[in-house]
Amino acid sequence: MIPLINSWLKKAAQEVQEYVCLVGATLQAIVSPPLYRHDIVEQIDQIGVGSLTVVLLTGFFTGAALASQSGLTLDQFGARPVVGRLVSASMIKELGPVLTALMLTGRIGSGIAAELGSMVVTDQINALRALGTDPIRKLVVPRVLAGFLMAPVLTVVADFVGIFGGWIVARFQLQVATGLYWSSVTQGLYMQDVWMGLIKPFALGFVIVTIACHVGLRTRGGTQGVGKATTIAVVAGSVAVIAVDFFVTQLLISLIY
Amino acid sequence: MDQTDTLQTVEQILDEPGAPVVMFDRVKLAFDEQVVLQDVSFTLLKGHTKIILGASGSGKSTTLKIITGLLRADQGVVWVNGARVDQLNERQMMAVRGDLGMIFQEGALFDSLTVRENVGYKLYEETDMPIEQVDRRVEEVLGFIGLGEYIDRMPSELSGGQRRRVAIARAMAFKPRILLYDEATTGLDPITATTVDDEIIKLRDLEKVSSIVVTHQLRDAFYVATHMAERDASGKVTIRAATPEKEREAEFIMLKDGLICFEGDAAALRQSTDPYLKEFLS
Repeated sequence: MIPLINSWLKKAAQEVQEYVCLVGATLQAIVSPPLYRHDIVEQIDQIGVGSLTVVLLTGFFTGAALASQSGLTLDQFGARPVVGRLVSASMIKELGPVLTALMLTGRIGSGIAAELGSMVVTDQINALRALGTDPIRKLVVPRVLAGFLMAPVLTVVADFVGIFGGWIVARFQLQVATGLYWSSVTQGLYMQDVWMGLIKPFALGFVIVTIACHVGLRTRGGTQGVGKATTIAVVAGSVAVIAVDFFVTQLLISLIY
Repeated sequence: MDQTDTLQTVEQILDEPGAPVVMFDRVKLAFDEQVVLQDVSFTLLKGHTKIILGASGSGKSTTLKIITGLLRADQGVVWVNGARVDQLNERQMMAVRGDLGMIFQEGALFDSLTVRENVGYKLYEETDMPIEQVDRRVEEVLGFIGLGEYIDRMPSELSGGQRRRVAIARAMAFKPRILLYDEATTGLDPITATTVDDEIIKLRDLEKVSSIVVTHQLRDAFYVATHMAERDASGKVTIRAATPEKEREAEFIMLKDGLICFEGDAAALRQSTDPYLKEFLS
Protein backbone atom coordinates (compact mmCIF):
# COMPACT_ATOMS: atom_id res chain seq x y z
CA MET A 1 0.00 0.00 0.00
CA ILE A 2 2.78 2.43 0.99
CA PRO A 3 4.75 1.95 -2.27
CA LEU A 4 1.50 2.65 -4.13
CA ILE A 5 0.95 5.90 -2.22
CA ASN A 6 4.62 6.80 -2.74
CA SER A 7 4.37 6.26 -6.46
CA TRP A 8 1.11 8.28 -6.64
CA LEU A 9 2.67 11.14 -4.66
CA LYS A 10 5.78 11.13 -6.87
CA LYS A 11 3.61 11.21 -9.98
CA ALA A 12 1.50 14.06 -8.60
CA ALA A 13 4.62 16.03 -7.59
CA GLN A 14 6.11 15.52 -11.04
CA GLU A 15 2.87 16.67 -12.67
CA VAL A 16 2.80 19.84 -10.55
CA GLN A 17 6.49 20.47 -11.25
CA GLU A 18 5.96 20.17 -15.00
CA TYR A 19 2.89 22.44 -14.83
CA VAL A 20 4.89 25.07 -12.94
CA CYS A 21 7.73 24.76 -15.50
CA LEU A 22 5.24 25.29 -18.35
CA VAL A 23 3.75 28.33 -16.62
CA GLY A 24 7.26 29.73 -16.04
CA ALA A 25 8.28 29.16 -19.66
CA THR A 26 5.02 30.73 -20.85
CA LEU A 27 5.46 33.87 -18.73
CA GLN A 28 9.05 34.17 -19.95
CA ALA A 29 7.92 33.77 -23.57
CA ILE A 30 5.21 36.43 -23.15
CA VAL A 31 7.73 39.10 -22.18
CA SER A 32 10.39 38.26 -24.78
CA PRO A 33 10.35 38.15 -28.61
CA PRO A 34 9.25 36.60 -30.90
CA LEU A 35 5.50 36.97 -30.29
CA TYR A 36 3.24 35.39 -32.92
CA ARG A 37 0.72 38.25 -33.15
CA HIS A 38 -1.57 36.76 -35.80
CA ASP A 39 -1.90 33.57 -33.72
CA ILE A 40 -2.91 35.68 -30.71
CA VAL A 41 -5.60 37.46 -32.76
CA GLU A 42 -6.79 34.11 -34.14
CA GLN A 43 -7.06 32.64 -30.63
CA ILE A 44 -8.85 35.73 -29.30
CA ASP A 45 -11.38 35.19 -32.07
CA GLN A 46 -11.71 31.46 -31.38
CA ILE A 47 -11.83 31.72 -27.58
CA GLY A 48 -13.64 35.05 -27.28
CA VAL A 49 -16.03 35.35 -30.20
CA GLY A 50 -16.40 31.58 -30.54
CA SER A 51 -17.55 31.20 -26.92
CA LEU A 52 -20.03 34.06 -27.06
CA THR A 53 -23.13 31.99 -27.82
CA VAL A 54 -22.59 29.49 -25.04
CA VAL A 55 -21.81 32.26 -22.54
CA LEU A 56 -24.88 34.30 -23.59
CA LEU A 57 -27.19 31.31 -23.17
CA THR A 58 -25.65 30.23 -19.86
CA GLY A 59 -25.73 33.75 -18.44
CA PHE A 60 -29.31 34.42 -19.52
CA PHE A 61 -30.81 31.24 -18.14
CA THR A 62 -28.79 31.40 -14.91
CA GLY A 63 -30.01 34.96 -14.23
CA ALA A 64 -33.58 34.01 -15.09
CA ALA A 65 -33.55 30.89 -12.88
CA LEU A 66 -31.91 32.85 -10.07
CA ALA A 67 -34.65 35.52 -10.16
CA SER A 68 -37.34 32.87 -10.30
CA GLN A 69 -35.93 30.90 -7.33
CA SER A 70 -35.06 33.89 -5.17
CA GLY A 71 -38.48 35.43 -5.87
CA LEU A 72 -40.08 32.52 -4.03
CA THR A 73 -37.75 32.89 -1.05
CA LEU A 74 -38.02 36.68 -0.91
CA ASP A 75 -41.83 36.41 -0.92
CA GLN A 76 -41.61 34.80 2.54
CA PHE A 77 -40.18 38.10 3.84
CA GLY A 78 -42.28 40.35 1.62
CA ALA A 79 -39.06 41.44 -0.09
CA ARG A 80 -39.87 40.59 -3.70
CA PRO A 81 -38.97 44.10 -4.96
CA VAL A 82 -35.27 43.59 -4.01
CA VAL A 83 -34.90 40.57 -6.32
CA GLY A 84 -32.69 42.67 -8.62
CA ARG A 85 -30.21 43.25 -5.81
CA LEU A 86 -29.89 39.51 -5.23
CA VAL A 87 -29.54 38.69 -8.91
CA SER A 88 -26.89 41.34 -9.58
CA ALA A 89 -24.80 40.56 -6.49
CA SER A 90 -24.89 36.80 -7.16
CA MET A 91 -24.17 37.12 -10.88
CA ILE A 92 -21.39 39.68 -10.65
CA LYS A 93 -19.57 38.34 -7.61
CA GLU A 94 -19.86 34.60 -8.08
CA LEU A 95 -22.07 33.01 -10.71
CA GLY A 96 -20.90 35.08 -13.67
CA PRO A 97 -17.16 34.38 -13.23
CA VAL A 98 -17.54 30.73 -12.19
CA LEU A 99 -20.15 29.67 -14.74
CA THR A 100 -18.36 31.46 -17.56
CA ALA A 101 -15.12 29.77 -16.53
CA LEU A 102 -16.82 26.36 -16.39
CA MET A 103 -18.31 26.90 -19.84
CA LEU A 104 -14.88 27.92 -21.15
CA THR A 105 -13.34 24.81 -19.60
CA GLY A 106 -15.85 22.64 -21.43
CA ARG A 107 -15.54 24.45 -24.70
CA ILE A 108 -11.95 25.63 -25.03
CA GLY A 109 -10.17 23.50 -22.42
CA SER A 110 -11.22 20.33 -24.18
CA GLY A 111 -10.50 21.82 -27.62
CA ILE A 112 -7.00 22.94 -26.69
CA ALA A 113 -6.11 19.60 -25.05
CA ALA A 114 -7.43 17.66 -28.08
CA GLU A 115 -5.66 19.91 -30.60
CA LEU A 116 -2.28 19.92 -28.85
CA GLY A 117 -2.64 16.24 -27.96
CA SER A 118 -3.16 15.25 -31.60
CA MET A 119 -0.21 17.40 -32.59
CA VAL A 120 1.96 15.55 -30.07
CA VAL A 121 0.94 12.05 -31.14
CA THR A 122 1.35 12.83 -34.86
CA ASP A 123 4.83 14.33 -34.31
CA GLN A 124 3.67 17.81 -35.36
CA ILE A 125 5.14 19.33 -32.17
CA ASN A 126 8.50 17.71 -32.94
CA ALA A 127 8.19 18.95 -36.53
CA LEU A 128 7.63 22.49 -35.23
CA ARG A 129 10.75 22.25 -33.07
CA ALA A 130 12.75 20.78 -35.95
CA LEU A 131 11.65 23.75 -38.08
CA GLY A 132 13.03 26.13 -35.45
CA THR A 133 9.76 27.13 -33.78
CA ASP A 134 9.32 27.03 -30.02
CA PRO A 135 5.93 25.31 -29.40
CA ILE A 136 5.45 27.31 -26.19
CA ARG A 137 5.67 30.60 -28.08
CA LYS A 138 3.70 29.43 -31.10
CA LEU A 139 0.95 27.39 -29.42
CA VAL A 140 0.79 28.06 -25.69
CA VAL A 141 1.39 31.82 -25.45
CA PRO A 142 -1.39 32.85 -27.91
CA ARG A 143 -3.91 30.59 -26.17
CA VAL A 144 -2.95 31.72 -22.67
CA LEU A 145 -3.08 35.40 -23.62
CA ALA A 146 -6.44 34.92 -25.36
CA GLY A 147 -7.89 33.01 -22.39
CA PHE A 148 -6.50 35.54 -19.91
CA LEU A 149 -7.93 38.52 -21.81
CA MET A 150 -11.21 37.08 -23.03
CA ALA A 151 -12.44 35.38 -19.83
CA PRO A 152 -13.13 38.79 -18.14
CA VAL A 153 -14.82 40.13 -21.28
CA LEU A 154 -17.06 37.06 -21.53
CA THR A 155 -17.79 37.25 -17.80
CA VAL A 156 -18.99 40.85 -18.12
CA VAL A 157 -21.22 39.76 -21.00
CA ALA A 158 -22.57 36.85 -18.94
CA ASP A 159 -23.21 39.16 -15.96
CA PHE A 160 -25.13 41.64 -18.07
CA VAL A 161 -27.19 39.00 -19.86
CA GLY A 162 -27.88 37.24 -16.53
CA ILE A 163 -29.20 40.45 -14.98
CA PHE A 164 -31.27 40.98 -18.13
CA GLY A 165 -32.67 37.42 -17.81
CA GLY A 166 -33.48 38.21 -14.20
CA TRP A 167 -35.36 41.32 -15.30
CA ILE A 168 -37.51 39.29 -17.75
CA VAL A 169 -38.56 36.94 -14.95
CA ALA A 170 -38.95 39.75 -12.41
CA ARG A 171 -41.10 41.82 -14.77
CA PHE A 172 -43.33 39.14 -16.33
CA GLN A 173 -43.42 36.39 -13.69
CA LEU A 174 -42.85 38.16 -10.40
CA GLN A 175 -44.63 41.36 -11.54
CA VAL A 176 -41.86 43.62 -10.22
CA ALA A 177 -41.83 47.04 -11.88
CA THR A 178 -38.95 47.63 -14.30
CA GLY A 179 -37.73 50.80 -12.55
CA LEU A 180 -37.78 49.08 -9.19
CA TYR A 181 -35.80 46.12 -10.53
CA TRP A 182 -33.05 48.20 -12.11
CA SER A 183 -32.70 50.57 -9.18
CA SER A 184 -32.44 47.51 -6.93
CA VAL A 185 -29.73 46.09 -9.22
CA THR A 186 -27.54 49.18 -8.84
CA GLN A 187 -28.32 49.81 -5.18
CA GLY A 188 -27.20 46.35 -4.17
CA LEU A 189 -23.81 46.68 -5.83
CA TYR A 190 -20.64 48.03 -4.26
CA MET A 191 -17.46 48.89 -6.11
CA GLN A 192 -15.67 46.03 -4.30
CA ASP A 193 -18.17 43.59 -5.80
CA VAL A 194 -17.39 44.87 -9.26
CA TRP A 195 -13.65 44.48 -8.65
CA MET A 196 -14.24 40.98 -7.32
CA GLY A 197 -16.21 40.09 -10.46
CA LEU A 198 -13.58 41.59 -12.75
CA ILE A 199 -10.39 40.28 -11.17
CA LYS A 200 -11.46 36.65 -10.69
CA PRO A 201 -11.96 35.87 -14.41
CA PHE A 202 -8.36 36.85 -15.22
CA ALA A 203 -7.10 34.17 -12.81
CA LEU A 204 -9.69 31.62 -13.97
CA GLY A 205 -8.97 32.21 -17.69
CA PHE A 206 -5.24 31.78 -17.09
CA VAL A 207 -5.71 28.57 -15.09
CA ILE A 208 -8.14 26.95 -17.57
CA VAL A 209 -5.86 27.48 -20.58
CA THR A 210 -2.55 26.63 -18.89
CA ILE A 211 -4.02 23.36 -17.54
CA ALA A 212 -5.41 22.47 -20.98
CA CYS A 213 -2.07 23.24 -22.67
CA HIS A 214 -0.14 21.25 -20.05
CA VAL A 215 -2.42 18.23 -20.40
CA GLY A 216 -2.40 18.47 -24.22
CA LEU A 217 1.38 18.68 -24.48
CA ARG A 218 1.81 15.65 -22.18
CA THR A 219 -0.44 13.43 -24.30
CA ARG A 220 0.90 9.93 -24.93
CA GLY A 221 -0.50 6.89 -26.70
CA GLY A 222 -2.29 7.74 -29.94
CA THR A 223 -5.96 8.58 -30.34
CA GLN A 224 -6.86 6.90 -27.05
CA GLY A 225 -4.37 9.20 -25.33
CA VAL A 226 -5.96 12.24 -27.01
CA GLY A 227 -9.40 11.23 -25.68
CA LYS A 228 -7.95 10.74 -22.21
CA ALA A 229 -6.18 14.11 -22.34
CA THR A 230 -9.43 15.84 -23.32
CA THR A 231 -11.29 14.30 -20.38
CA ILE A 232 -8.48 15.17 -17.94
CA ALA A 233 -8.35 18.75 -19.21
CA VAL A 234 -12.09 19.24 -18.59
CA VAL A 235 -12.15 17.50 -15.20
CA ALA A 236 -8.94 19.08 -13.87
CA GLY A 237 -9.92 22.46 -15.33
CA SER A 238 -13.38 22.39 -13.73
CA VAL A 239 -12.04 21.39 -10.30
CA ALA A 240 -9.32 24.04 -10.60
CA VAL A 241 -11.93 26.70 -11.47
CA ILE A 242 -13.90 25.97 -8.28
CA ALA A 243 -10.75 25.78 -6.13
CA VAL A 244 -9.10 28.89 -7.60
CA ASP A 245 -12.39 30.76 -7.28
CA PHE A 246 -12.45 29.97 -3.55
CA PHE A 247 -8.85 31.03 -2.92
CA VAL A 248 -9.04 34.20 -5.03
CA THR A 249 -12.30 35.11 -3.29
CA GLN A 250 -10.63 34.72 0.12
CA LEU A 251 -7.67 36.78 -1.04
CA LEU A 252 -9.81 39.56 -2.48
CA ILE A 253 -12.07 39.70 0.60
CA SER A 254 -8.98 40.23 2.75
CA LEU A 255 -7.55 42.81 0.36
CA ILE A 256 -10.43 44.97 -0.89
CA TYR A 257 -13.31 44.68 1.58
CA MET B 1 42.13 34.38 -32.19
CA ASP B 2 38.69 35.75 -31.28
CA GLN B 3 35.35 33.97 -31.59
CA THR B 4 34.58 35.49 -35.03
CA ASP B 5 37.82 34.07 -36.42
CA THR B 6 36.97 30.67 -34.95
CA LEU B 7 33.50 30.75 -36.51
CA GLN B 8 34.97 31.70 -39.89
CA THR B 9 37.37 28.79 -39.62
CA VAL B 10 34.49 26.42 -38.88
CA GLU B 11 32.58 27.78 -41.90
CA GLN B 12 35.66 27.42 -44.10
CA ILE B 13 36.18 23.84 -42.96
CA LEU B 14 32.52 23.00 -43.58
CA ASP B 15 32.71 24.53 -47.06
CA GLU B 16 35.39 22.04 -48.14
CA PRO B 17 34.25 18.85 -49.91
CA GLY B 18 34.20 15.84 -47.61
CA ALA B 19 34.03 17.95 -44.43
CA PRO B 20 32.46 16.20 -41.43
CA VAL B 21 28.97 17.70 -41.03
CA VAL B 22 27.59 15.29 -38.42
CA MET B 23 29.73 13.46 -35.89
CA PHE B 24 28.62 11.02 -33.21
CA ASP B 25 31.30 10.13 -30.68
CA ARG B 26 30.53 7.36 -28.17
CA VAL B 27 26.92 8.42 -27.75
CA LYS B 28 24.82 6.72 -25.09
CA LEU B 29 21.13 7.10 -24.30
CA ALA B 30 18.75 5.18 -22.05
CA PHE B 31 15.10 5.67 -21.10
CA ASP B 32 14.96 4.53 -17.46
CA GLU B 33 16.21 0.92 -17.53
CA GLN B 34 15.96 0.54 -21.31
CA VAL B 35 19.24 1.27 -23.07
CA VAL B 36 18.56 2.59 -26.59
CA LEU B 37 22.05 3.60 -27.71
CA GLN B 38 25.03 2.01 -25.94
CA ASP B 39 28.09 3.30 -27.70
CA VAL B 40 27.43 4.78 -31.12
CA SER B 41 30.06 6.61 -33.16
CA PHE B 42 29.92 7.62 -36.82
CA THR B 43 30.66 10.55 -39.10
CA LEU B 44 28.62 11.93 -42.00
CA LEU B 45 30.72 13.68 -44.59
CA LYS B 46 29.51 16.61 -46.67
CA GLY B 47 27.49 15.53 -49.70
CA HIS B 48 27.48 11.90 -48.58
CA THR B 49 24.62 9.66 -47.48
CA LYS B 50 24.46 7.57 -44.33
CA ILE B 51 21.81 4.86 -44.36
CA ILE B 52 20.92 3.59 -40.92
CA LEU B 53 19.36 0.14 -40.88
CA GLY B 54 18.07 -1.88 -37.98
CA ALA B 55 15.10 -3.66 -36.51
CA SER B 56 12.27 -1.73 -34.85
CA GLY B 57 13.39 -0.25 -31.54
CA SER B 58 17.09 -0.45 -32.41
CA GLY B 59 17.57 3.31 -31.94
CA LYS B 60 17.43 4.52 -35.55
CA SER B 61 14.86 7.30 -35.08
CA THR B 62 16.42 8.16 -31.71
CA THR B 63 19.71 8.86 -33.50
CA LEU B 64 17.99 11.42 -35.75
CA LYS B 65 16.22 13.02 -32.78
CA ILE B 66 19.57 13.44 -31.02
CA ILE B 67 21.01 15.15 -34.10
CA THR B 68 18.12 17.64 -34.24
CA GLY B 69 18.24 18.18 -30.48
CA LEU B 70 14.73 16.78 -29.94
CA LEU B 71 16.38 14.32 -27.53
CA ARG B 72 19.54 14.80 -25.52
CA ALA B 73 22.21 12.07 -25.24
CA ASP B 74 23.11 10.89 -21.74
CA GLN B 75 26.79 10.65 -22.68
CA GLY B 76 29.04 11.27 -25.64
CA VAL B 77 29.65 14.11 -28.05
CA VAL B 78 27.48 15.12 -31.00
CA TRP B 79 28.69 17.66 -33.57
CA VAL B 80 26.35 19.09 -36.21
CA ASN B 81 27.73 21.64 -38.66
CA GLY B 82 30.50 22.57 -36.25
CA ALA B 83 28.24 22.97 -33.21
CA ARG B 84 28.30 20.65 -30.18
CA VAL B 85 24.56 20.03 -29.97
CA ASP B 86 24.85 17.89 -26.83
CA GLN B 87 25.77 21.07 -24.93
CA LEU B 88 23.24 23.48 -26.46
CA ASN B 89 19.97 24.53 -24.89
CA GLU B 90 16.68 24.66 -26.83
CA ARG B 91 17.15 28.33 -27.78
CA GLN B 92 20.70 27.77 -29.09
CA MET B 93 19.53 24.68 -30.98
CA MET B 94 17.22 26.85 -33.09
CA ALA B 95 20.28 28.24 -34.93
CA VAL B 96 21.59 24.71 -35.67
CA ARG B 97 18.14 23.62 -36.89
CA GLY B 98 18.27 26.43 -39.45
CA ASP B 99 20.58 24.22 -41.50
CA LEU B 100 18.91 20.93 -40.71
CA GLY B 101 15.77 19.49 -42.29
CA MET B 102 13.95 16.46 -40.96
CA ILE B 103 11.32 14.30 -42.61
CA PHE B 104 9.28 12.50 -39.96
CA GLN B 105 7.56 9.12 -40.15
CA GLU B 106 4.10 9.71 -41.69
CA GLY B 107 5.25 13.21 -42.74
CA ALA B 108 4.03 15.08 -39.61
CA LEU B 109 2.45 17.77 -41.79
CA PHE B 110 0.50 20.48 -39.97
CA ASP B 111 -3.04 19.28 -40.65
CA SER B 112 -4.69 22.69 -40.23
CA LEU B 113 -2.44 24.31 -42.87
CA THR B 114 -2.53 23.97 -46.66
CA VAL B 115 0.30 22.40 -48.63
CA ARG B 116 1.56 25.93 -49.45
CA GLU B 117 1.56 26.96 -45.78
CA ASN B 118 3.19 23.69 -44.74
CA VAL B 119 6.00 23.92 -47.28
CA GLY B 120 6.65 27.61 -46.65
CA TYR B 121 6.09 27.37 -42.89
CA LYS B 122 9.62 28.20 -41.78
CA LEU B 123 10.05 30.95 -44.36
CA TYR B 124 6.66 32.55 -43.55
CA GLU B 125 6.98 32.30 -39.78
CA GLU B 126 10.65 32.38 -38.89
CA THR B 127 12.28 34.63 -41.49
CA ASP B 128 11.83 38.19 -42.77
CA MET B 129 11.67 37.03 -46.40
CA PRO B 130 9.00 38.94 -48.38
CA ILE B 131 5.78 36.95 -48.94
CA GLU B 132 6.15 37.06 -52.77
CA GLN B 133 9.64 35.56 -52.50
CA VAL B 134 8.42 32.84 -50.14
CA ASP B 135 5.55 32.03 -52.50
CA ARG B 136 8.02 31.73 -55.39
CA ARG B 137 10.27 29.42 -53.35
CA VAL B 138 7.29 27.26 -52.32
CA GLU B 139 6.17 26.93 -55.95
CA GLU B 140 9.73 26.13 -57.02
CA VAL B 141 10.13 23.41 -54.38
CA LEU B 142 6.72 21.88 -55.11
CA GLY B 143 7.61 21.91 -58.80
CA PHE B 144 10.88 20.09 -57.98
CA ILE B 145 8.97 17.24 -56.31
CA GLY B 146 6.22 17.32 -58.94
CA LEU B 147 3.32 18.40 -56.73
CA GLY B 148 2.81 21.95 -58.00
CA GLU B 149 -0.91 21.45 -58.67
CA TYR B 150 -1.56 20.40 -55.04
CA ILE B 151 -0.41 23.71 -53.58
CA ASP B 152 -3.78 24.76 -52.15
CA ARG B 153 -4.89 21.32 -50.94
CA MET B 154 -5.07 20.31 -47.29
CA PRO B 155 -2.82 17.42 -46.14
CA SER B 156 -5.91 15.25 -45.54
CA GLU B 157 -6.65 15.44 -49.28
CA LEU B 158 -3.29 13.90 -50.23
CA SER B 159 -2.26 10.26 -50.54
CA GLY B 160 0.40 8.77 -48.24
CA GLY B 161 3.14 9.15 -50.84
CA GLN B 162 2.15 12.72 -51.64
CA ARG B 163 2.22 13.59 -47.93
CA ARG B 164 5.79 12.25 -47.61
CA ARG B 165 6.85 14.23 -50.67
CA VAL B 166 5.28 17.41 -49.26
CA ALA B 167 7.19 16.69 -46.03
CA ILE B 168 10.39 16.51 -48.09
CA ALA B 169 9.45 19.79 -49.79
CA ARG B 170 8.85 21.41 -46.39
CA ALA B 171 12.24 20.22 -45.15
CA MET B 172 14.09 21.45 -48.25
CA ALA B 173 12.26 24.79 -48.69
CA PHE B 174 14.72 26.72 -46.52
CA LYS B 175 17.71 25.07 -48.26
CA PRO B 176 19.28 23.15 -45.37
CA ARG B 177 22.64 21.52 -45.98
CA ILE B 178 21.67 18.37 -44.09
CA LEU B 179 18.46 16.34 -44.46
CA LEU B 180 17.37 13.58 -42.11
CA TYR B 181 14.82 11.04 -43.35
CA ASP B 182 13.00 9.04 -40.68
CA GLU B 183 11.34 6.03 -42.35
CA ALA B 184 10.31 8.21 -45.30
CA THR B 185 9.07 5.23 -47.33
CA THR B 186 7.60 2.99 -44.65
CA GLY B 187 4.03 1.96 -45.40
CA LEU B 188 4.17 3.04 -49.05
CA ASP B 189 3.72 0.76 -52.03
CA PRO B 190 6.94 0.04 -54.03
CA ILE B 191 6.09 2.45 -56.89
CA THR B 192 5.29 5.36 -54.56
CA ALA B 193 8.31 4.51 -52.41
CA THR B 194 10.51 4.77 -55.51
CA THR B 195 9.23 8.31 -56.22
CA VAL B 196 10.20 9.29 -52.66
CA ASP B 197 13.62 7.59 -53.09
CA ASP B 198 14.11 9.55 -56.32
CA GLU B 199 13.55 12.81 -54.40
CA ILE B 200 16.17 11.78 -51.85
CA ILE B 201 18.64 11.03 -54.65
CA LYS B 202 17.84 14.27 -56.52
CA LEU B 203 18.33 16.38 -53.41
CA ARG B 204 21.65 14.69 -52.65
CA ASP B 205 23.09 14.82 -56.16
CA LEU B 206 21.57 18.00 -57.60
CA GLU B 207 21.24 20.17 -54.47
CA LYS B 208 24.36 18.74 -52.78
CA VAL B 209 22.52 17.97 -49.56
CA SER B 210 24.14 15.61 -47.05
CA SER B 211 21.61 13.01 -45.91
CA ILE B 212 20.97 10.48 -43.20
CA VAL B 213 18.33 7.96 -44.23
CA VAL B 214 16.78 5.84 -41.49
CA THR B 215 14.83 2.86 -42.78
CA HIS B 216 14.19 -0.83 -42.41
CA GLN B 217 13.09 -1.08 -46.05
CA LEU B 218 16.09 -2.77 -47.67
CA ARG B 219 14.81 -2.22 -51.19
CA ASP B 220 14.72 1.56 -50.68
CA ALA B 221 18.03 1.63 -48.82
CA PHE B 222 19.86 -0.13 -51.67
CA TYR B 223 18.04 1.93 -54.31
CA VAL B 224 19.21 5.20 -52.72
CA ALA B 225 22.75 3.86 -52.29
CA THR B 226 23.15 2.50 -55.80
CA HIS B 227 21.52 5.22 -57.92
CA MET B 228 22.43 8.76 -58.83
CA ALA B 229 20.66 11.74 -60.38
CA GLU B 230 21.93 13.73 -63.34
CA ARG B 231 20.58 16.82 -65.10
CA ASP B 232 21.27 16.99 -68.85
CA ALA B 233 21.81 20.13 -70.93
CA SER B 234 18.07 20.54 -71.53
CA GLY B 235 17.48 20.51 -67.76
CA LYS B 236 15.89 17.06 -67.72
CA VAL B 237 16.70 15.01 -64.63
CA THR B 238 17.41 11.30 -64.97
CA ILE B 239 18.02 8.69 -62.31
CA ARG B 240 20.51 5.99 -63.28
CA ALA B 241 22.80 3.41 -61.71
CA ALA B 242 25.53 5.07 -59.66
CA THR B 243 29.19 4.99 -60.62
CA PRO B 244 31.44 3.00 -58.22
CA GLU B 245 32.80 6.30 -56.81
CA LYS B 246 29.30 7.62 -56.21
CA GLU B 247 28.23 4.33 -54.66
CA ARG B 248 31.04 4.62 -52.12
CA GLU B 249 29.60 7.96 -50.96
CA ALA B 250 26.61 6.10 -49.52
CA GLU B 251 27.52 4.22 -46.38
CA PHE B 252 25.36 1.78 -44.42
CA ILE B 253 25.20 1.53 -40.65
CA MET B 254 23.45 -1.41 -39.02
CA LEU B 255 22.24 -0.89 -35.46
CA LYS B 256 21.69 -3.83 -33.15
CA ASP B 257 21.02 -3.64 -29.40
CA GLY B 258 22.17 -0.02 -29.30
CA LEU B 259 25.49 -0.76 -30.98
CA ILE B 260 26.76 -0.45 -34.54
CA CYS B 261 27.26 -3.99 -35.81
CA PHE B 262 28.19 -3.01 -39.38
CA GLU B 263 29.49 0.05 -41.19
CA GLY B 264 30.38 0.06 -44.86
CA ASP B 265 29.13 0.54 -48.42
CA ALA B 266 26.46 -1.45 -50.29
CA ALA B 267 28.97 -3.95 -51.73
CA ALA B 268 30.47 -4.67 -48.30
CA LEU B 269 27.00 -5.11 -46.81
CA ARG B 270 26.01 -7.60 -49.48
CA GLN B 271 29.21 -9.59 -48.98
CA SER B 272 29.03 -9.65 -45.20
CA THR B 273 29.09 -13.10 -43.62
CA ASP B 274 27.71 -11.94 -40.27
CA PRO B 275 24.75 -14.22 -39.43
CA TYR B 276 22.58 -11.33 -38.13
CA LEU B 277 23.22 -9.26 -41.28
CA LYS B 278 22.54 -12.24 -43.50
CA GLU B 279 19.25 -12.86 -41.71
CA PHE B 280 18.32 -9.18 -41.93
CA LEU B 281 19.12 -9.05 -45.65
CA SER B 282 17.36 -12.28 -46.50
